[in-house]
Amino acid sequence: MAIVYKKPSTLTDATLSYCPGCTHGIIQKLVAETIEELGIDGITIGVAPVGCSVTAYDYYTCDMVQAAHGRAPAVATGLKRSLPDNVVFTYQGDGDLAAIGTAETVHAATRGENITVIFVNNAIYGMTGGQMAPTTLPGQVTQTTPYGRDPKVAGWPVHVCEMLATLDGPAYLERVTVCDIPNIRKAKAAIKKAFQAQLAGKGFSMVEVVSTCPTNWGLTPVEALDWLKDNMLPYYPLGVYKDKTGEGEN
Amino acid sequence: MAATNILLAGFGGQGILFAGKVLAYAGLMEERQVSWLPSYGPEMRGGTANCSVCISDHPIGSPLVLAPDILVAMNTPSYDKFIDAVVPGGLAILDSALVDRRCEREDITVCYVPATSLSKEQGLDGLANIILIGKMIAERPFVSNESIDKAIDKCVPARKAHLIDANKRAIALGAAQ
Amino acid sequence: MKGNEALAEAAIRAGCRHYFGYPITPQTEIAAYMAKRMPKVGGTFLQAESEVAAINMVLGAAAAGVRAMTSSSSPGISLKSEGISYIAACDLPCLIVDVMRGGPGLGGIQPSQADYWQVTRGLGHGDKQLLVFAPSTVQEMVDTVFNAYHKADTYRIPAVILADGMLGQMMEPVSFPDEDKAEAIEKPWATNGHKGKRTHNIVNSLLLKPEQLEQTVFERAKRYEQVKQNEQLWEEYRMEDATLAVVAYGASARIAMNAIDAARESGLQVGLIRPISLWPFPEKAIEAAAGKVQGFLCVEMSMGQMIEDVRLVVSGRKPVAFYGRTGGIIPTPDEVLCEIKKLMGGER
Repeated sequence: MAIVYKKPSTLTDATLSYCPGCTHGIIQKLVAETIEELGIDGITIGVAPVGCSVTAYDYYTCDMVQAAHGRAPAVATGLKRSLPDNVVFTYQGDGDLAAIGTAETVHAATRGENITVIFVNNAIYGMTGGQMAPTTLPGQVTQTTPYGRDPKVAGWPVHVCEMLATLDGPAYLERVTVCDIPNIRKAKAAIKKAFQAQLAGKGFSMVEVVSTCPTNWGLTPVEALDWLKDNMLPYYPLGVYKDKTGEGEN
Repeated sequence: MAATNILLAGFGGQGILFAGKVLAYAGLMEERQVSWLPSYGPEMRGGTANCSVCISDHPIGSPLVLAPDILVAMNTPSYDKFIDAVVPGGLAILDSALVDRRCEREDITVCYVPATSLSKEQGLDGLANIILIGKMIAERPFVSNESIDKAIDKCVPARKAHLIDANKRAIALGAAQ
Repeated sequence: MKGNEALAEAAIRAGCRHYFGYPITPQTEIAAYMAKRMPKVGGTFLQAESEVAAINMVLGAAAAGVRAMTSSSSPGISLKSEGISYIAACDLPCLIVDVMRGGPGLGGIQPSQADYWQVTRGLGHGDKQLLVFAPSTVQEMVDTVFNAYHKADTYRIPAVILADGMLGQMMEPVSFPDEDKAEAIEKPWATNGHKGKRTHNIVNSLLLKPEQLEQTVFERAKRYEQVKQNEQLWEEYRMEDATLAVVAYGASARIAMNAIDAARESGLQVGLIRPISLWPFPEKAIEAAAGKVQGFLCVEMSMGQMIEDVRLVVSGRKPVAFYGRTGGIIPTPDEVLCEIKKLMGGER
């Protein structure tokens, strides 16, 4: 009997701790497949920060470092500057990357730090139980915006790809989603391109993945995917925001 | 002499710290214990600057000179602030072109050297500080002239090497006052 | 050479090739020196976006297994607390330099020793300790850098060098070893890519099971105990026949030395115990002195912080007096002498 599908060798046998229907599992598998396909497990170091991705160090077979909330790009900078021939990636949520870690994100990007950031945007704080994230949509109900996010009170959402695209440092910025099979394929291609950009020494690469959080959105997994398509994608348009990977030799 | 504690004071930009460095290096040339401690403040230029130099035959405790054996004052505020701190029997060297005071203390030696005017007259712009050092060593030879020469060679940065001779002329000019 | 520059050069000679910092007076010379030197020795100087980022860059570099360093001054060190707690929890060796200034808040920029509590007790949450060294001369700044890296690597505990604006800004003659002659310590735990030759390494401070976290803290505490037994450093000056022991570290110790010399000239039997390691605190020295002297005098550039450690050891057996100035004021030898005379006069 032929094997047609299997878990990437770059994931451990640990059981993922994510809620049913959560898209983290898909995204982490895409990263693991990329590491496997590029044959870089032995030289890759992943950085898992605080948030639902905090236990990611248990799932990957490559070396892993756990970082404080928001500090993953700084930790990754320290790793990459010490190990320029290795591959360093971070796997961060929206609260981590765009609230408490905004400075670390923006400055790693503007330095053109040669690392890859996987940014999971699900518009909510998952691990702490569903509070407003920097990417929570106007009107969206969360534990800390019980009447819906009122921009006059809680401010407006942060568009990370758009913001970082104004900088000269980033080599590659793309926003993708994993809400259906064609988009999962596109997400995989983007993640792989980001890692390849790093291998080619192009500089900072980030893939923003628009994702769901069924538990904290109070929806079933299928409803969550529909909500994502109807509400998040219009607000966070998919596409390539910067691509300097084709430019010259580094 | 077991220990000489020197306080140099003036405006930022007068070369107070550099003059102190020359003295400290001169001590080092003679393999004595030395320390050099600048005052530091938020302003980069034009504020008050002072610098403590200790040269001793024994390990130096506090590098901060509060009761100087020798005071160099390159402006009136510095003179007013520190003149009473000079130890009895000590020496005060004043740039009389900038300090408009006469010292009434009789228990210390006071030298009035119009160093800033002299430096301009003699084409030694910016070396009033070194002229005063020349006078100091002539009055109190706690280090030798050779050591001062060597210290100047050490302290003048390579990109300003053309100023080494001028520095040495300033020492001689100060000594002749 | 200025104390700050000497310290930076020593770090490079000790093998540090990764410096991450942020400008703050009175330690900026360290960053400036590193910026000039690092590119010439193939190292990395990076001016981070914040103190917080800088210490986390150090965490990353330390995890990679290299000798990394950051430096700052009091309020900047406060900002690094978070990262330092994580580094301690991850058992990573690194070097942190605190050139103290007056506080609290923005405080001032003149020399101070009011970070004693922050560095020996604070700098992050949790049951953890840092190696803390307090040099008192420029030469000792240099020697301490080598020792701090070595002990940090040996015990996998981050090391702090606690200096002050006076030591950082002053120049004294100094000589450097060319390189670190101590035996290099293997770092099999480093996350530098397994290259298919070992199982994956994880540098982590998250232990969600209380039993597991408690056990890890216990294991670390055993190492702390070893450090306390083996690594206490101090120097004594004129203590042989002293009836009063002045206890002072760093710049204060230099001032105290002058005062002690002057007191000896008037026939007063007074000596100095100068802690060089602040954690572990040189309890052995205080313990030995407690049996001999009639009293202690702590001299600090603070409102009295180290004195608590002295009192803990003395445990009420002898009086422990305090003299300090703070806010950037440096006590004068005369003031300390006056205090000594007051205490010893009372004894007679």
